[in-house]
Amino acid sequence: MKKLACLLVILMVPGLAGAVDEDFGLMDVRTDLSDKASLQRGAKYFVNYCLGCHSLKYLRYQRLGQDLDLPDELVEKYLIWDDSKISSPMTNAMRPKDADNWLGGVPMDLTLAIRRHSGGGLRIGRGADWVYTYLNTFYRDDKTPTGVNNLVIPNASMPHVLWRLQGVPEPVYALAEGDRSAKQRKVIGVKMPEGGGALSQAEYQQMTRDIVNFLVYASEPIQSARKALGLPVLLFLVVFLAIIYLLKQEYWKDVH
Amino acid sequence: MKPEGADLRRRRLLTGAAGVVGGVGVAYTAVPFLSYWQPSVQAEAAAAPVEVDISKLEPGQKIDVDWRGKPIWVFRRTQEELDTLPKLNGLLRDPHSEVSTQQPAYCQNLPRSIKPEYGVMVGICTHLGCIPLYQPKPGSVDDEWLGGFFCPCHGSKYDLAGRVYKGVPAPLNLAVPPYWYPSESRIIIGEHQEKGGAS
Amino acid sequence: MSDDSKTRGLLGWIDARFPFTKLWEEHAAKYYAPKNFNFWYYFGSLAIFVLVLQVLTGIWLTMYYKPSAEHAFASVEYIMRDVQWGWLIRYLHSTGASAFFIVIYLHMFRGLLYGSYRKPRELLWLVGMMIYAILMAEAFFGYLLPWGQMSYWGAQVITSLFGAVPAIGEKLMIWIRGDYTISDVTLNRFFALHVAAMPLLIVLLVVVHLIALHEVGSNNPDGIDIKRHKDANDLPLDGIPFHPYYTVKDMVGVTVFLIVFALVVFYSPSMLGLFLEPENFEPANPLKTPEHIAPVWYFTPFYSILRCVPDKLWGVVALGASIFVLFLLPWLDRGKVRSVRYRGRGFKIALALFVIAVLVLGHLGAKPPTPGRNLVARICAVLYFGYFAFLWIYTFFDLEKTKLEPERVTTGSVKWIPKSIQWPRFGKTKREPERVSPK
Repeated sequence: MKKLACLLVILMVPGLAGAVDEDFGLMDVRTDLSDKASLQRGAKYFVNYCLGCHSLKYLRYQRLGQDLDLPDELVEKYLIWDDSKISSPMTNAMRPKDADNWLGGVPMDLTLAIRRHSGGGLRIGRGADWVYTYLNTFYRDDKTPTGVNNLVIPNASMPHVLWRLQGVPEPVYALAEGDRSAKQRKVIGVKMPEGGGALSQAEYQQMTRDIVNFLVYASEPIQSARKALGLPVLLFLVVFLAIIYLLKQEYWKDVH
Repeated sequence: MKPEGADLRRRRLLTGAAGVVGGVGVAYTAVPFLSYWQPSVQAEAAAAPVEVDISKLEPGQKIDVDWRGKPIWVFRRTQEELDTLPKLNGLLRDPHSEVSTQQPAYCQNLPRSIKPEYGVMVGICTHLGCIPLYQPKPGSVDDEWLGGFFCPCHGSKYDLAGRVYKGVPAPLNLAVPPYWYPSESRIIIGEHQEKGGAS
Repeated sequence: MSDDSKTRGLLGWIDARFPFTKLWEEHAAKYYAPKNFNFWYYFGSLAIFVLVLQVLTGIWLTMYYKPSAEHAFASVEYIMRDVQWGWLIRYLHSTGASAFFIVIYLHMFRGLLYGSYRKPRELLWLVGMMIYAILMAEAFFGYLLPWGQMSYWGAQVITSLFGAVPAIGEKLMIWIRGDYTISDVTLNRFFALHVAAMPLLIVLLVVVHLIALHEVGSNNPDGIDIKRHKDANDLPLDGIPFHPYYTVKDMVGVTVFLIVFALVVFYSPSMLGLFLEPENFEPANPLKTPEHIAPVWYFTPFYSILRCVPDKLWGVVALGASIFVLFLLPWLDRGKVRSVRYRGRGFKIALALFVIAVLVLGHLGAKPPTPGRNLVARICAVLYFGYFAFLWIYTFFDLEKTKLEPERVTTGSVKWIPKSIQWPRFGKTKREPERVSPK
């Protein structure tokens, strides 16, 4: 029995492998859906830097405004850049065929990106960390068409869109004993030379955190309300359980 | 037969309490299931007020606008057409637009509109829901015809203010939707001027 | 129904035309169930509760869901975001699907524990197994409907199994799909089967299951027949009317279930990616296979058995056999007693190994295969089938040393809790049971 239990534990540990290289962990983004200011900034950054290629086709501007405490007028003024109506979903004008020609692939819709990358088992809920780490681990790589590479998605087709803000980090290599040829060296991290971009490292991390926070919201706009509703429902059920249990005990006094 | 030791009063009390609390639970559970049938956000978005540009609308022309899946007519009347309206009063069922459900209070006037020139109306016959035809030319329906709307389904007739004639199947004047002018050349259909007062 | 209690009024009018009171009495008020039901006996009524929940939420979902390859995925997100309370209805349904299997597995395990499939309940067990098999089909068809990557590729893999059938395999597979691959056509027929055909069958079979149960009477944790000891009114001494005693007790069970259920629905509807898988948040893409395809958790034990056989045809045969062998259980087990309480040590060990094998197989089925895992899966598959082989040998050749069954049912007295701190009610096993009869 004990051996089998051990076996079970051993079997459970591996196997959670995703696209992420096992050699480095995901960064911890610590998103906070109650931080409305962060969500508002995230929405703004998303519209400015991401929406051009990546749509959020299951999220409507109006819903976003309602959930993020932004009046319709502000949404129309600051977030809607095309001829979308306030009730329109957050799509962009790029046609899939054009995208395929220009970028070599259709940029994926990001409405559900966080849930898609949330990982199974114990890694559930780490979708936000995944996207955050992705945005923070671009590094210079002259061998790729975009001039950058990424630790989370090796050879990603997406360029480092935010490079003006962050700068382009340099790769950090693992010091492999015996074999030091650059070809074989493994990238295990990235390092940002100071002053490489318009933002400081801390500012860039805060910005990407805001974007990820917003994406977490977009992945399931109802999630805060859902969790809030859980408590009254559970309280009600506990009260009902108490009554029904007493009733059962009362009837079962007959049974000897 | 109840065995000794059973407290019937307590039993009834607890049964009642379980019934009441359970009933409340069922009622609350019903809310999501019933609300689910309400128009979705998409349906509400499609039902939102629509804005119409009338700067290119010439006298004697009519355009159709879709609002909540209904055809809304926006048409511009000529002065001659407006002059015909008072003459018809005797032939009409409700010449003074007294049935208040058929138009907002601000349209209870002779041309049944905010600006006499521009008519805005729901193009659905009040008889059985057909769409009447726009027949502005005098004499185009019958010899006495001074212009108006004619429903081909059952022959109901309305004048150019959407007022229904006597002796036709339709019981009521054509409905006027809530609308307002945000500027000289634009109309917003589907809400009253005070925001949030959409009917 | 006794003649001295003729109903009057509206009820009397109905009873003269439809056996309303008769049905009520036969199946509830005068259905005598053993008084010693324990924890394991909650799951039958819970299964009915979950069935009702699934039917109701399912009907509601079809009001907005669009069964077409182009719109299915978006229509689910539409329900989740734009339809009022759509998210709750959908989470109730998706969580309910997994809850259904949890409840059914525990219900079936109860049958194994207490020999509920033994004579005269063979048909009851067969009908139950049919419900289980159809429920698997129901779940499989339903899983395609969200049209996510896992939906699509799961259906692709499972329908490919039919390609293993000799001679007609390829044609059979295409016939099931209605196309050369999983497509819009497949989605439409799966939708029809999921929302109409399978639920009708399940409801019908549940009714048959209940009628059969009430004909032969419920088994109990002691596995003895309560009809052997009857009172002057020909009522079993150890039986109590289902209503009100078990209706009120099952209500407690339903409420506890609802608390656990609500915890999942409101706080973790994807349940660590087991109930809603991350891959399924990406729309189906026929040109891109996910890195790792695994069925939903409730199919993984069988999927493991399929996968650990290194041959396509024999893998499918093993999969089919692993389910079919359960149907044969009433005839494999020839033991002298029903309940695990009085069975030999060999049975207890075998049952424990069987449960461990199923759990390990289930765990492995969700993981990508490796040689090491395949080896473990094969050992567990042998244990799985071994249980049935052992059970037959053990009982057919009379190798089992059983304990003496009691004459009357025993209530309570949990052996591993000292008597002094036990709930007072538990100690009273020796007292002469009193009759409980309806008014």
